[in-house]
Amino acid sequence: MRTLLSLVVWFVLWEIAGQLKLSTIVPPFSAVIEAAIEIAPTEKFAKAAIITLRSFGLGMLLALVVGIPLGIVMARVKGIGRLLGMWVNIFVSAPISALVPILMAVIGIGETTVVVTVFLFAVFVITLDTQVGITHADRSLVEMARSFGAHRHQLYTKVLLLSALPEILAGVRLGAIRGVKGVVIGQLLVAIIGVGELFEVYSNNFLMEEFWALVTIVFLFAFAISEAIAYLERRVEYYAASR
Amino acid sequence: MIVEVKGVGKTYDNGVEALRDVNLAFPQGQLTTLLGPSGCGKTTLLKIIAGLIPRNGGEVLVKGKPVEGPGPERAFVFQDFALLPWASVLRNVAFGLELRGTPRPEREEVARKYIAEVGLKGFEHRYPAQLSGGMRQRVGLARALTVDADIILMDEPFSSVDEQTRRKFQEDLLDLLRHHQKTVIFVTHSIEEAAYLSDQIALLSPRPGRVSKIVRPNVDHSRSPDEIRRDRGYLDTVDEIWGMLRQYV
Repeated sequence: MRTLLSLVVWFVLWEIAGQLKLSTIVPPFSAVIEAAIEIAPTEKFAKAAIITLRSFGLGMLLALVVGIPLGIVMARVKGIGRLLGMWVNIFVSAPISALVPILMAVIGIGETTVVVTVFLFAVFVITLDTQVGITHADRSLVEMARSFGAHRHQLYTKVLLLSALPEILAGVRLGAIRGVKGVVIGQLLVAIIGVGELFEVYSNNFLMEEFWALVTIVFLFAFAISEAIAYLERRVEYYAASR
Repeated sequence: MIVEVKGVGKTYDNGVEALRDVNLAFPQGQLTTLLGPSGCGKTTLLKIIAGLIPRNGGEVLVKGKPVEGPGPERAFVFQDFALLPWASVLRNVAFGLELRGTPRPEREEVARKYIAEVGLKGFEHRYPAQLSGGMRQRVGLARALTVDADIILMDEPFSSVDEQTRRKFQEDLLDLLRHHQKTVIFVTHSIEEAAYLSDQIALLSPRPGRVSKIVRPNVDHSRSPDEIRRDRGYLDTVDEIWGMLRQYV
């Protein structure tokens, strides 16, 4: 409710600023909405959206499939944790965008580069949070499971993963937010596909209503993803709080 | 003798010698307490018997067979309860059977029976966070009973439970264990608790832990709890133990 109110206030300010014609790059909010309604059903937008979602989805999937197991191994095997810990920590704070031109040179200018960009943006924070979650998993729960004869795989599926779930979900949420950044930055730099192409077209032709409409849509998408994962997090919170 | 500890020693990786040459035998169907000041290695000894931590020397025999890890004839009750916070009371109590692959209807039936026995009927679908400390430990006890182990290992099970609850719990525990004829190994630092519950008390000296004396309290457990607490034998045992332990504190 408070979020909604805050949004309304800002949209009203935006509308006023736009109507006052302070700057040509700030059209009124109502015009942006109109543009959004106009471009959303077009084939061009649908194509861009599909490519973008596909790159995002694939990159995130890779990040989950690699990031979570890597985090688990780093937490459970001390040697590997020490070996890779420093690198993961460097990459989690490194400006990955700087690597995209290199990726373009190596992989080529296309969707694959964008997928890899999403992956690189998302994977490290997922790995790091999973590692923290598993490392801090309740040791007496592990001992308990062992004392009742748990096999190795039972220890992971029935105790460790569930115990680390709050941290893993937090990592996935942060990873997804970074992934949205990754897909947009990747496409902007590659500049010939998806939403990135549309951004190029709109800004080069000074179509500010359309440009802001696209920005708003991307923002809403990122917000929706983050909220969806946050909802999952809240559902596991009751036990995270009681650990 | 259902459990025998012979010449067991334990030195941790950091160089602390927790136990040295511990010899101890546990008679079947009796409750033996490991009693001593903090840092005497009593929990370490219990976990070695449980097979949860490796020993450095000597051997532990359970029913004549050497211990090389946890086994189905031993069940553990943890000081901090060790309940799965995301699982209901029912699932927690049935967890030992779940790990063994017992089908769900069967294991839940057994679990319900023991939940009722520890006095938690009606709480099957609550979560640990919704229970008091005493109730949580009852869940831990029910879980240990559910796997039908002959030997129950208890690591200061009442230390996180408030005083009033503890008394009631101790009385219930005695009833339950006598009823099921379990062999119990019980770690505590409370002299009163040891004298009240035990058939046999092993006093451990601190750093490195060794058995300094074995006391058999002269307490008639068939009498009512209030009678026991005023009984001469009980009071004498408490005094005797205190006399021996005071040199360590």
